[in-house]
Amino acid sequence: MIEVQGLTRTYGTFTAVDNISFSCVPGTVTGFLGPNGAGKTTTMRVMVGLTPASSGKVTIGGHLYKDIPNPGRHVGVLLDASAQHAGRTGREILELGATTMGLPSSRVDEMLELVSLTPTEAKRRLRNYSLGMKQRLGIAHALLGDPSVLILDEPANGLDPAGIRWMRGLLKGYAERGGTVLLSSHLLHEVEQIADEMILIGNGKIVAQGDKKTLLAGAAAKGGGVHSYATALDNAALAAALTAKGITVAGAGDGLRIEAESVEVGRAALEAGVVLTDLRGGEGGLEDLFLELTAETQREAIS
Amino acid sequence: MSAIHTLDVSGTAKTPFHRLVRVELRKSYDTRAGFWLLLSIALIVLAAEIIVLAVTTVQDEAIAFGDFIGVAAFLTSFLLPVLGIMVLTTEWSQRSAMVTFSLEPRRPLVIAAKALVGVLLTLATVAIAIGIGAVCTLLYRLIEGHADWTFGWPDMFAFLLTQVLAMLGGFALAALLLNTPAAIVAFFVYKWVLPPLFFAGAALMGWFDSLRPWIDFQSSQEAIWDWSSSGEDWAQLVVSGIVWLVIPLAIGIRRVLRAEVK
Repeated sequence: MIEVQGLTRTYGTFTAVDNISFSCVPGTVTGFLGPNGAGKTTTMRVMVGLTPASSGKVTIGGHLYKDIPNPGRHVGVLLDASAQHAGRTGREILELGATTMGLPSSRVDEMLELVSLTPTEAKRRLRNYSLGMKQRLGIAHALLGDPSVLILDEPANGLDPAGIRWMRGLLKGYAERGGTVLLSSHLLHEVEQIADEMILIGNGKIVAQGDKKTLLAGAAAKGGGVHSYATALDNAALAAALTAKGITVAGAGDGLRIEAESVEVGRAALEAGVVLTDLRGGEGGLEDLFLELTAETQREAIS
Repeated sequence: MSAIHTLDVSGTAKTPFHRLVRVELRKSYDTRAGFWLLLSIALIVLAAEIIVLAVTTVQDEAIAFGDFIGVAAFLTSFLLPVLGIMVLTTEWSQRSAMVTFSLEPRRPLVIAAKALVGVLLTLATVAIAIGIGAVCTLLYRLIEGHADWTFGWPDMFAFLLTQVLAMLGGFALAALLLNTPAAIVAFFVYKWVLPPLFFAGAALMGWFDSLRPWIDFQSSQEAIWDWSSSGEDWAQLVVSGIVWLVIPLAIGIRRVLRAEVK
């Protein structure tokens, strides 16, 4: 649905986005991940025609954004929840959007209810909104025209944990009904629970893409190492059983850190007759991959 | 590309221009800043007319309907440009242009809608000013027993046209600078600092004296009030209008169309 083809955007000698290509498919949520300044926002801005591309192009459903009539009815956009007149009330902001798109006022009420902004809150001016409330309003604005494509830049930013869970459910449901969602984030944990597909970007280049499994397999192949954490009633017996299989084991807190997939640990425990009380796959593989792949643009050195 | 991956937009109509105008009109008064600017224009005109009425009746001086309009025209000639500036620049200072241009990527239409809103508000201001002037003339008649209603259609037209040009002057500077304070400062330099400089330049340099009518948009607008103006006067109005309105507006619009909206 969203097709990015050889997109490059330069500012003088600085290349913000460097020849990237990817696509987002209907019925899925695509997570666009990268550290600050990796080029996520620039890419999304090019998508909706706010920034001209230096070369390459982005089409949405086969059209350039500027060629889509009344685009709010097809593509919901949230690039910056604060980019609204601070002196307008939340409701007025939605009313302006609805009028532009030719929608009735009742749609505004529906959206306010959907994002759980109360009538009192909707009457307050944007400058009195918390970041989380601005994000909710921005999501309401993006959904106003009942679009089939959503482009959201850092939508979870500023939401409290309950808000993040709510948004996750909202976007999942939206994708299940056939919608296409592209959302960006610099937080891996925020994206990996919701995204079907992930695109990792660093320094303006795509460094990895695929679903979580593919990315983890890639991480393992790169030597990042799949690992898991286990706690057993008898940790020593489990460690011995694993070591006997040639698997590296190390102590970690109350349990063990094992350089193998959790399925291997389970099998070893079963064979050794050890009772496991906790077993989980290490998410670290993906996180390590993310940090490693985007290392060049990280502001902090990885320890 | 499979069918499921294309977006069928054939059933969607383009956003009609009148809807953009309605939205832009609403944006001009739905914030405190916008609301108070519009109300201030009306209140300042009202206050000034009341003072003029009080002074003339107390001192038994003669005043015509047209004089009341003159007072209003003087005031609105620098209030309306501020309106013209704000209509455009708030989108940039408040960054809402990002939303406006995502919902309507045809930027020239958005700018045209804003300019039209500026013209509509100018018409409303002119109508209110004429209304206040008429009431004041009526009051003058009640107090003094006589009134001079001299103010013809040509004057009405000239009032209207000069106010629209004043508003568009602000709008053009706003398009050029896309920044409220900078555009207001630039406008007041144009309004108050340039005329004496033009005057001094014309007095000191012979060649500038002959050039000045062609570049002094403010003094060339006098042709609009004076219907006996010659063809040369009108030509000077057009040329100076190109210098102060068309060129900044063209450069400004070009800039808005190409700008990366942040």
